[in-house]
Amino acid sequence: MTRLLARDLTVSLGGSPVVGPLSLRLEPGEVVGLLGPNGAGKSTLLRALAGLAPHGGSATLDGTPLAQMSDAARALRIAYLPQARTVGWAVAVERLVELGRIPWRRFGSALSETDRAIVAEAMRLMDVGPLARRLATEISGGEQARALAARVIAQDTPVLLADEPAAGLDPAHQIAMMAAFRSLAAKGRSVIVSLHDLTLAARWCDRLVMLDAGKVAAEGAPAEVVTPALLGQVFGVEAVVSTVGGALAVAPIGLSGGPR
Amino acid sequence: MSRAALILLLGAAALLFFVLSLLTGPAGYGPAESLRALFSGGDGAAAIILREIRLPRALLGLAIGLALGAGGAALQGFLRNPLAEPGLIGVSASASLGAVAVFYSGLAGASIYVLPAGALFGAACSVIVLLAIAARSGSTLTLILAGVALSSLAGALTSLALNLSPNPFASYEIIFWLLGSLKDRSMTHVWIALPLIAAGLLLMFMSLRALDALTLGEEAAASLGVDLRLTRLLVVAGVALSVGAATAVAGAIGFVGLVVPHLVRPLTDRMPGSVFLPSALGGSALLLAADVASRIVIPSREINVGVLTALIGAPFFLWLVMRTRREAL
Repeated sequence: MTRLLARDLTVSLGGSPVVGPLSLRLEPGEVVGLLGPNGAGKSTLLRALAGLAPHGGSATLDGTPLAQMSDAARALRIAYLPQARTVGWAVAVERLVELGRIPWRRFGSALSETDRAIVAEAMRLMDVGPLARRLATEISGGEQARALAARVIAQDTPVLLADEPAAGLDPAHQIAMMAAFRSLAAKGRSVIVSLHDLTLAARWCDRLVMLDAGKVAAEGAPAEVVTPALLGQVFGVEAVVSTVGGALAVAPIGLSGGPR
Repeated sequence: MSRAALILLLGAAALLFFVLSLLTGPAGYGPAESLRALFSGGDGAAAIILREIRLPRALLGLAIGLALGAGGAALQGFLRNPLAEPGLIGVSASASLGAVAVFYSGLAGASIYVLPAGALFGAACSVIVLLAIAARSGSTLTLILAGVALSSLAGALTSLALNLSPNPFASYEIIFWLLGSLKDRSMTHVWIALPLIAAGLLLMFMSLRALDALTLGEEAAASLGVDLRLTRLLVVAGVALSVGAATAVAGAIGFVGLVVPHLVRPLTDRMPGSVFLPSALGGSALLLAADVASRIVIPSREINVGVLTALIGAPFFLWLVMRTRREAL
């Protein structure tokens, strides 16, 4: 059964339509990459799917309209990692990751064994275990990004929406993050991740959705979406798409003279 | 330091200064004599001084310290801004304006309840205005700017009342209200303030989980199931009730809500929910200590406790601003 289904979804900001109408589906065990140039509507779409922006059309999670779900119920089903990396107070990395358990706990109650195990596993996946006692405001930007990604993984929801989680990460940690999303998907969870690294997207996602001006320009297997023609048309770049070791590698090499 | 140990320590400090507050005063009774008079009562001068002058003063110091410390912690957590304090969103200034307006209009003589009622009315008005503005846009920046504007307006109107004041005693009273003091309060004041402060503390307490989540920013907090509108309502109403009631009976005592959360934060894990209770208890300890000091630094004359907290707090605030700028928090 389709986990997340959007039909004729539209999102408006300040009265003007920013996204849609578009349709989108997300199956259990799937990692879907969201591509598109700046301002294409990736973040707005993710916010709407996270239930944080009012939308037109329909969006359902396991058959239940998002708009009908309570905040508390939604927080147990959908986790969302915003693009902006906010750490309001100089708290230890471990405390930050533990915030992901908030929807599952009563306030004031100590973390259960299960909570601790989930937090530890999330920190292991994002390789922030050694940073556990460091202050989240005093680590590097990339380390902070990983700590915040661990927080969203610790929320332990069927659906995970991540807005450019790999930005600012070194190549090893970018790959490790995508591998972590894959391992979550292997356990039946569903991930939508917006990315700017086309090779990363093409190699690690089951399916790609390419947005252009709020609409779906292309959707399908990576090889169908990451093509020189579409990259020229949507991103305005000339790109070399080759196959390395059985997977795609994409290198934008210049601006295209095509439309845009 | 463990959470329980910190709370115990600050609670003990508050209790210590509470007792010291009971024992300090121009009447010059010894500790044993004072406590005997307090507990055994009777018609003697000592019993009257202890029960009707010093006890309300110490109780108000305790309760108002709780209100100011907790209010500062909740506001700083909600706004994720280390410079926030109850005065910031205009509640103290508006409450003072309410008190001054009542005094200037000459209604104050009608009943002991009129002046505090004016202060509470002012605080409530400021909250309603703030909520109306904040409801149109969810951003904390809007709330801060609206609060600053409201503070300035209330301050200007208070000054206007001061300028137009026909008699010198009115000016004296107005200064007294703006600087804050726990002097000459009665048990009536205690019974006016306590329930409102308690209600305000409860509302703020209900927002603590949301304040923890807000460490990650508003969007992430919302995705964790936090109702941002409800949280805003809880914090603003909680602060208005507790700080409004505190200002109503003791004037605007500044900087306690700013200083105390900063002092206790490094002793906790720095989560807003963890800072709240220690900050409340620390607020009590600091205000009671300042109130004791206000009675003994100049033996012959008592100074307003608000002056003393400002003397400590204003340089601290400046230091905080400079440090915040340097660290670009």
